[in-house]
Amino acid sequence: MQRFAALVDALTYTTGRNAKLALLAHYLRETPDPDRGWALAALTDGLDFPAVKASTIRNLMAERVDPLLWTLSRDFVGDTAETASLLWPEAPGDDAVTPPTVSQVVEMLGNMTRATVMSELPKLLDRLDANGRYALIKLATGAMRIGISARLAKTAFAQAFDVPVDEVEEYWHGLQPPYAPLFAWASGAAPAPDLAELPTFRPFMLAHPLEDGAVVDLADYAAEWKWDGIRVQLVRAGEETRVFSRSGDDISASFPDLADALPFPAVLDGELLVRGSHQGGEDGGAASFNALQQRLGRKSVSKKMLADCPAFLRLYDVLLLRGEDLRELPWSARRARLEALMGVLPDRRFDLSQLVEARDFAHLAQLREQARDAAIEGLMLKRRDSPYVAGRRTGLWYKWKRDPLLVDCVLMYAQRGSGKRSSFYSDFTFGCWDGDPEQGAELLPVGKAYFGFTDEELKQLDRHVRQHTVNRFGPVRETDKSLVFEVAFDSVHASKRHKSGLAMRFPRIHRIRWDKPAHEADRIAALAALVRD
Amino acid sequence: MMALEFSWIRPEPHGIHIVPADVWVDPSRPVARALVTHGHADHARGGHGETIATPATLAIMELRYNTRDGAVSVHYGESIALGGGVSATFVPAGHVLGSAQVLLEHAGERVVVTGDYKRRADPTCAPFEVTACDIFITEATFGLPVFTHPPIAQEIGKLRDRLAAEPDRCVLVGAYALGKAQRVIAELRAAGHHEPIYLHGAMEKMCRLYEDFGVALGELRLVSDAKKDAMRGQVAVCPPSALNDRWSRRLPDPVTAMASGWMRVRQRARQRGVELPLVISDHADWTELTTTIAEVNPAESWITHGREEALLRWCQLNQRRARALALVGYEDEDD
Repeated sequence: MQRFAALVDALTYTTGRNAKLALLAHYLRETPDPDRGWALAALTDGLDFPAVKASTIRNLMAERVDPLLWTLSRDFVGDTAETASLLWPEAPGDDAVTPPTVSQVVEMLGNMTRATVMSELPKLLDRLDANGRYALIKLATGAMRIGISARLAKTAFAQAFDVPVDEVEEYWHGLQPPYAPLFAWASGAAPAPDLAELPTFRPFMLAHPLEDGAVVDLADYAAEWKWDGIRVQLVRAGEETRVFSRSGDDISASFPDLADALPFPAVLDGELLVRGSHQGGEDGGAASFNALQQRLGRKSVSKKMLADCPAFLRLYDVLLLRGEDLRELPWSARRARLEALMGVLPDRRFDLSQLVEARDFAHLAQLREQARDAAIEGLMLKRRDSPYVAGRRTGLWYKWKRDPLLVDCVLMYAQRGSGKRSSFYSDFTFGCWDGDPEQGAELLPVGKAYFGFTDEELKQLDRHVRQHTVNRFGPVRETDKSLVFEVAFDSVHASKRHKSGLAMRFPRIHRIRWDKPAHEADRIAALAALVRD
Repeated sequence: MMALEFSWIRPEPHGIHIVPADVWVDPSRPVARALVTHGHADHARGGHGETIATPATLAIMELRYNTRDGAVSVHYGESIALGGGVSATFVPAGHVLGSAQVLLEHAGERVVVTGDYKRRADPTCAPFEVTACDIFITEATFGLPVFTHPPIAQEIGKLRDRLAAEPDRCVLVGAYALGKAQRVIAELRAAGHHEPIYLHGAMEKMCRLYEDFGVALGELRLVSDAKKDAMRGQVAVCPPSALNDRWSRRLPDPVTAMASGWMRVRQRARQRGVELPLVISDHADWTELTTTIAEVNPAESWITHGREEALLRWCQLNQRRARALALVGYEDEDD
């Protein structure tokens, strides 16, 4: 476990991608099985220990540390795991304790239940030093956040054993931690794992944003709407069907409506949407993202939910069909195969993402501007001869998002951030006027954002908050409501959760209007006029 | 609990006022008469009419402000009558060269102002002495229980391991120019590092001053006089502000290190782009702060500059009278 803790620390303090890759590759080469496999899973959020939650850690600390001292410490450090690792009372001078291996840690954590975790987890923590405790808590609660994306980890793996990264990615998703067959294959000790009969995730093909002012030739590129749902992959193999999210997470449990939908073995790429009757566009079309959100992250789904918000898949592509791998074919050939499938797929669960026909690029730009369906996020441009390749490949696919909506809001509250931004006031709640501010109108919160500004602006904002605080509520500061943000967002929806009755989707700080007086910010009514559902 | 009211000593926003003598301790703005605990800029400001301090602190202030006007030198253990029936005695604080606690006595009442202090051994300055008093005015820079500074030998070991592991790079240590830099150098020497150590130009004079006061630092060279290749596998020391400055480009692929108590918190190190955090502090950590209060055992503790709230809470939990003072102008982000 110390080696793993040292790796976690080294990765924390290393900023360069190549240096991170080198550290990880070295660890993967030099560490024995199964420790390295478990470590890899931990770094890429591939482990889950239901008995250990962030609240478990807080409860353990509450038994050992004064609550005020805990709160002050947590607020300063900005990370629960780190605070706990530093505050854990060390057994005095007991050097005879042997730290556990990563495998032992995984086994013990896996055996813990809600009933035993409060007595068992301390025994593990007692066997580690502060860095070890930090790594343990991060591993157990599943939030490493040290800048290791799954992609980076796979690249490091490929680098460590000199194997192609696309193959690593594909096998990886077909296997479970600690990935023994993956290491065996990579080190040349065994043949490649056979995935044909396994319902595994295939890495998605992704798009680059189309740069401002760029033009593509529609003879080479097909245009398609970009839908505002969640991109998923539906896989059926070996009599099993799975739904995978963009990151490769298995979200089948949230969408049982799709479990029996696919009548033959295939891998399909599409947008998961729920039906909404009150949408613009076609009858029985997609509801807004807001409706879809009701369905996300649920472990079990009620019958009512299934009836009220039935899920369906709007298909973009077909990767594998009845055992045949189509990914090498040009997009146009795959598209033809996909269209041919529509006759045999049940209508209730599938439709086809329609191509957008335009005379030329200017016409296409006009269609994009005119699109008013709330479920449309923009356009996709796909090279007609492009194979289906993992990741973002320059020149093959572009996304061309609709311009964001903008509104001027007033900063109301600020909270310190976590992680890289701990100790900076970086989470901002902002509001709009509920009437004429000259006539005594008040601000009502309409959203919260914590990005969209540069590091330099963050420092200025932090200073603004500190100098304009009028009230404190624990970690939250209320400001004097003098600063205007131009907030960009993708859409706005009616919401009962907020006093303003509105909720923004994907709000971010577009510009800081140091120059604009607060009373000139927008009113709630202006924002409400942008609601489309 | 009722706070003790000693009418002769008053915490004001810009310093501690000794009323009958009209003398201020570490005032943050110019006054007629000042007692200065140590040479860090946030405590030792220029422009006072009279400055009462230890010889080393006065020398440091002279180096900084280019004047000795109004200097009144008091050695450790020596007492001076301030007027108005108040006497002051300077007691070592163990923070940096010349650093002192000030024991103030008036009509049988005793007040100790610690200034900044630490309890760990430091080859560059005299060790802290526990002094009995009624009111103990303590700093609280690292006044949170997450701050426990590891033994310095461990941190110096980390530095030397890194040198050995990457012999083609140099390790550039960001360290406060007064105190931290010299302590890191002296501890490196104590650990057997006898190679030349390379200095940022801003540190040279202070290092010479330390040597004049009898602190041996071994062979020091200026980065500006050295060839890039000569510094591979070597240690260079600079002020924290120069770490990510253009200045550091003249070094051979430096490993960015920083010697500071704040390095205990990962994100603090990351925010500063530090690759090799060295948890080395010249301030008392949580354990030192709390055990010192227990050892001094004052009737009441006054807590200044730092994280007063947590130390105040500790005092409450341990049935000790305490209050937090809101003094302005003390900042120690670079410790």
